[in-house]
Amino acid sequence: MSHTAVIDAAPVTDRAPARERVEHEPIPFRTVVGVELRKMFDTRSGFWLMIGIVAAGVLATAAVIAFSSSSDLTYDSFAGAIGVPMTILLPVLAILSVTGEWSQRAGLTTFTLVPHRGRVIRAKMTVTVLVGLASMALALGIGAVGNLVGTSLMGVDTVWNLSPTAIAYIVGADLIGMVVGFMLGVVMRNSAAAIVTYFTYWFVVPTLSMVLAANQAWFEKAQPWLDFSFNQSRMYDGGFTGQDWAQLAVTGSVWLALPLAFGLWRVMRAEVK
Amino acid sequence: MIHVDALTKTYGGFTAVDHVTFSAEAGRVTGFLGPNGAGKSTTMRILVGLTPASSGTATVLGRRYADLPNPGREIGVLLDASAQHAGRTGREILTLAQRTTRMPKERVDEMLDLVSLTPEESGRRVRDYSLGMRQRLGIATALIGDPEVLVLDEPANGLDPAGIRWMRDLLRGYADRGGTVLLSSHLLHEIEVVADDLVVIGNGQIVASGTKGDLLASAGTYAGATDTATLAAALTAAGHSSQLSPGGVRTDADTAEVGRVALAAGVPLTELRPADGAGLEEMFLELTADNAREDVAA
Repeated sequence: MSHTAVIDAAPVTDRAPARERVEHEPIPFRTVVGVELRKMFDTRSGFWLMIGIVAAGVLATAAVIAFSSSSDLTYDSFAGAIGVPMTILLPVLAILSVTGEWSQRAGLTTFTLVPHRGRVIRAKMTVTVLVGLASMALALGIGAVGNLVGTSLMGVDTVWNLSPTAIAYIVGADLIGMVVGFMLGVVMRNSAAAIVTYFTYWFVVPTLSMVLAANQAWFEKAQPWLDFSFNQSRMYDGGFTGQDWAQLAVTGSVWLALPLAFGLWRVMRAEVK
Repeated sequence: MIHVDALTKTYGGFTAVDHVTFSAEAGRVTGFLGPNGAGKSTTMRILVGLTPASSGTATVLGRRYADLPNPGREIGVLLDASAQHAGRTGREILTLAQRTTRMPKERVDEMLDLVSLTPEESGRRVRDYSLGMRQRLGIATALIGDPEVLVLDEPANGLDPAGIRWMRDLLRGYADRGGTVLLSSHLLHEIEVVADDLVVIGNGQIVASGTKGDLLASAGTYAGATDTATLAAALTAAGHSSQLSPGGVRTDADTAEVGRVALAAGVPLTELRPADGAGLEEMFLELTADNAREDVAA
């Protein structure tokens, strides 16, 4: 074997040939939704929040059975009692799903794997609504079980006094609450700030607004056109007229839709640090 | 296969990245070198679309990053190993990436093996990870989609010497299999050992780029002599730079030219060699010194 032959047989290259290019499939939206759903519950805060919501529902059911007079043992009481913790806690879940990307800086990975922030945010919104609907179905289910168990324990007739329309109002109001949480998450992009603002909106603003309405005649008249939380909480009673819907739409545009649009506009442009 | 063309990013009046142009080729490790705050991270963040550019373009495999249908399958990115939700386990973070990139489930265990995270470690929450473990997890996340291109910002930070050696071998093997690696660091030694090509940035501007060999050669020549003053004067007269150093002269002329000048001047040489003994560090300090001084003056 000659020396030249050896050299010919082994061309001097320390590089592998470039890999064959494969055109990859775009990531389907359902994949992004699936990942975002998983992210909502794979952290300690998300997991315990969900456990807390379910536990609070069960406790509320037990409390209704233990403390209500037998005439109050109706489906309405059960559903209402379970709905309260859910109404308060679900928006926090919505907040954390958005702010985690910034507060915890997970967005660095999220937005490099899916470089279209609009898609990620849409997926989060979809997950928020889906989780909201599932939770409310669960609440109505727990309430139904509570109603059956409670009335048979007390030996009274089981009353199903919650109409589909009333349920639709409750679901609508809860969904609005979740979107409010989502909006605060998008605008603030900081878990602590968004949660504090949310509780302020939920507990402080209605009280202040009520006090103001009680003392100022002009505000009492104007309140339905100014106070979004006032209109949102009225939804739980149902029976909206055309004017009620108009008031909800006007206040909702100003306090929910506009800030949400502003927040989304900023999220699309902001640097992810 | 990364092409960055006239990339500029300004914040108000401050120019963080100033008309940066360079390429990272397939089969090679490209070292992106610069002092802290020079614009390395900003350039990389613009490349992957986390920061919008003020002007200029950056492409990966011929496309804008945002136009890649499934970026994780084509480019693996590790910008900051600590940027993870502290409440997730290492395994969970990898699983999220595996699902997003639509890779098979087994890929998670393969990657954990590759970066030597034990099942016990991968089951822990990331808040309890050391920086070295986070870097390993970050590498695993970057590699999960089996990409052709790797972009890593300071990946050696927090790794112990064995980890640094492991990282070097991993990147070398990856490039030898035809991959493109863009690796930033301010750790000169780390880059010098692993990189084929170098891009040096200072104050947002590229101050040097080329193959490692070329850049080291441009560090000039060292000539030892007993009569250094005469040699230095002769070199200056011949139009070359000359710098006295103990027992010799450093110059930008190549060795052959220094030999000719020394012969003509009648100065006996005691030593003649490329000045790369000083290595990259000297070049790096030299190249960035001007910028650093401007900084102080400003």
